Amino acid sequence: MNISNAKQIRDKEMENKIETNISETTSTDEHSAAHTKFEVPDPIVEVNDLNLYYGSKQALKNIYMDIPKNKATAFIGPSGCGKSTLLRCFNRLNDLVDSAKVDGEILIDGDDIYDSSIDITQLRKRVGMVFQKSNPFPKSIYENVAYGARIAGENRKSVLDEVVEKSLKSAALWDEVSDRLDESALGMSGGQMQRLCIARAIAVEPDVLLMDEPCSALDPIATGKIEDLITQLKESYTIVIVTHNMQQASRVSDFTAFMYLGEIIEYDETETIFLNPSNKQTEDYVSGKFG
Amino acid sequence: MNKFWKSGDPFVWLTGVALMFSLLMIAGLLWLIMAKGLGFFWPTEVTEFELKNGTKVMGEITAHQEIRGISGKAEKEARYRTQLKIGNRDLYGLDFRWIDDDQIVSASEPKYAVVMERREWGNFYGFIKEISEGGNVLCQGNEECWSKLEQDIPVYAGIFKEIRKIEKGDIGGINREIESYRLKIKGVELKNGDQAQIKEYKAKIALEEEKYRQKEKELEVLYQEFTKEKVVMLSIDGREKEMALGNIVLAFRPNTMSWFQKAGLYLHRAWGFVSDEPREANTEGGVFPAIFGTIMMVLIMSIVVLPFGVLAALYLKEYAKQGTLVRIVRICVNNLAGVPSIVFGVFAVGFFIYGVGASIDSFFFSEALPNPTFGTGGILWASLTLALLTVPVVIVATEEGLAAVSQEIRHGSLALGATKFETTWKIVIPSAMPAILTGLILAIARATGEVAPLMITGVVKLAPQLPVDGYFPYVHLERKFMHLGFHIYDVGFQSPNVEAAKPMVFTTALLLILIVIVLNLTAIVVRNRLKKKYTTSAV
Repeated sequence: MNISNAKQIRDKEMENKIETNISETTSTDEHSAAHTKFEVPDPIVEVNDLNLYYGSKQALKNIYMDIPKNKATAFIGPSGCGKSTLLRCFNRLNDLVDSAKVDGEILIDGDDIYDSSIDITQLRKRVGMVFQKSNPFPKSIYENVAYGARIAGENRKSVLDEVVEKSLKSAALWDEVSDRLDESALGMSGGQMQRLCIARAIAVEPDVLLMDEPCSALDPIATGKIEDLITQLKESYTIVIVTHNMQQASRVSDFTAFMYLGEIIEYDETETIFLNPSNKQTEDYVSGKFG
Repeated sequence: MNKFWKSGDPFVWLTGVALMFSLLMIAGLLWLIMAKGLGFFWPTEVTEFELKNGTKVMGEITAHQEIRGISGKAEKEARYRTQLKIGNRDLYGLDFRWIDDDQIVSASEPKYAVVMERREWGNFYGFIKEISEGGNVLCQGNEECWSKLEQDIPVYAGIFKEIRKIEKGDIGGINREIESYRLKIKGVELKNGDQAQIKEYKAKIALEEEKYRQKEKELEVLYQEFTKEKVVMLSIDGREKEMALGNIVLAFRPNTMSWFQKAGLYLHRAWGFVSDEPREANTEGGVFPAIFGTIMMVLIMSIVVLPFGVLAALYLKEYAKQGTLVRIVRICVNNLAGVPSIVFGVFAVGFFIYGVGASIDSFFFSEALPNPTFGTGGILWASLTLALLTVPVVIVATEEGLAAVSQEIRHGSLALGATKFETTWKIVIPSAMPAILTGLILAIARATGEVAPLMITGVVKLAPQLPVDGYFPYVHLERKFMHLGFHIYDVGFQSPNVEAAKPMVFTTALLLILIVIVLNLTAIVVRNRLKKKYTTSAV
């Protein structure tokens, strides 16, 4: 437990370092072209001129993008390009990094989430997140799913039961665990744990669901299940997924953004990105020439 | 050769040998304590020696050793001597006697030899002559009187219990009432000197005193009953000794007992040891008050140290900005764990007793002054001293536990809209609970074994009352108490009758070890339950 934690923290630091290093080397290389946003239908998230710095290192540069409602949008790009950082801006999880400084605006349903009047806990209830490594709480399966509702002040057993059942069914987990809801969540398989985390996130009925490489630690079968789940979930939730796996991006997403060195190089419909990219770098990346 | 070293085998042996030595030392210690401590309750045969000078001695054989000359070397022809516990302190003055083996003509185990454990003067070894009541002889001779003795001793034990109940319970309660009215009078005098009120209190005191006289009469009757029957004993050298039957705690004839009878007596005596109060300056009787004091002190310490340590660790790990200052604080906390415990004791005397305790007295118990209530050693101060002593252990363990709670889990909670406080309270602390309890286990282990700081903060050789009783407010934290660790020191090294107390030292030590084990096991069971609850159950 200990060692793996330490390793993760180290990895995270390494990632940040790489990100910042990359941005340092290219910080002079100003992206001065006029920003014409790619138009998406019915945008729920709007990002305007977003810049993010870790100390003096710039990790995100001049991000402009709209994310469509009830669609799956994928961020792809090589390690350290800022995909995860951008994703964590949407629920302000970057606030936990002391040195992170954000400027620019992100609107969700028209509200600027970096406005000082925004209640971060309310924001995070609207913007759920699923992490790279499944992180169920050391509690029972039931309590894991009910956690968000309990935090929101809901303690009625009947309501919680309903929330748990509904969420587990939405996460396609109900049939597997309905008879052992009181067992520890840590006794589940990796794929189940990740679906539990999805169930936990959708239990609070967010508008947007962020997924940070949700399948990177799973075997192909478990990955397939999660991908099916994403396809189902996007009917009722806006999904933003970061992935290293380009096949996955092409399978589950409707729109794809290719990022490199803290910038969005190209953002378009997934089909266009993979079959007919307009940018040479995008083409090289999706065809596996670099990355 | 080089390859041999590289293979790592010698290192494996080295580690194995190191472990073996540790185990051997622990096993040796336990073996010594158990061997010496467990035998204490076993009824030993009584041996009679006829000596060359024509006299006879009788008692339990307690030691047999070679006589060494002044040079310390063995003499050419080895000579031996035997130590006999002859008891009968009221006749001989000494409990033990060394007899050179070459003085012994013959040895035998007389069938009718009786061992009596008495409330005063220690054991008696001898034969029964007669039992009488008010001058009338009830029975004569060993055989006849034995059954009478066996019948009557439990009766007198019952009377004794009743006497103790009146003395400690009823009269103690009356004294307490009188004392409380006396203090109230003093309080009124200090405040405004309201004569009417004083009169009222004085009337109440008079009422209590009347009750006291009644109880005294009851006691008188009981005492008469208690000393009604007398038994006349004959010692081996033919001296007669008359004693009240009530004075006898236990009588047995070890030379005629079967193994099962002895085992029964063994259990009886062992139970008496843990459930009775000490007699004869702690060298006889039980250690119940010491067991009670030790456990209660450790429990109070746990109640104080756990929240205190956990909160401190939470601030250090979760809220404080990690920097030089926090690092210095952490080093200081770690160093605190290495400070000699007596230093904590001295601090506690200065701060808790003379500082806090004296202030409490002047605010709340001013009418009792100059007699201190909290301004003197007591179980509360001793427990707080130990809490102070063990808080670094809890802090360090908790910090480690908190560090082991992964960032992912915290982020998972925060991402669901929980605040940092909710995350800490609902996710982080439960996850760290096994580590916190490990800290508590270590703290308990250290606290139970600590004696030095207690000696100056509230432990006494003999406490008249337990810190918990049936009188409001039931738990008396200001009282002095007894402690097993101090009991070992007191019995073994401060006792007027060291030889007699020796086996008791080992038995008490064994008991202390058992208590440490039981307390630890309890905490370990709780921890494992939590662990099971919070971690993988299926493999």
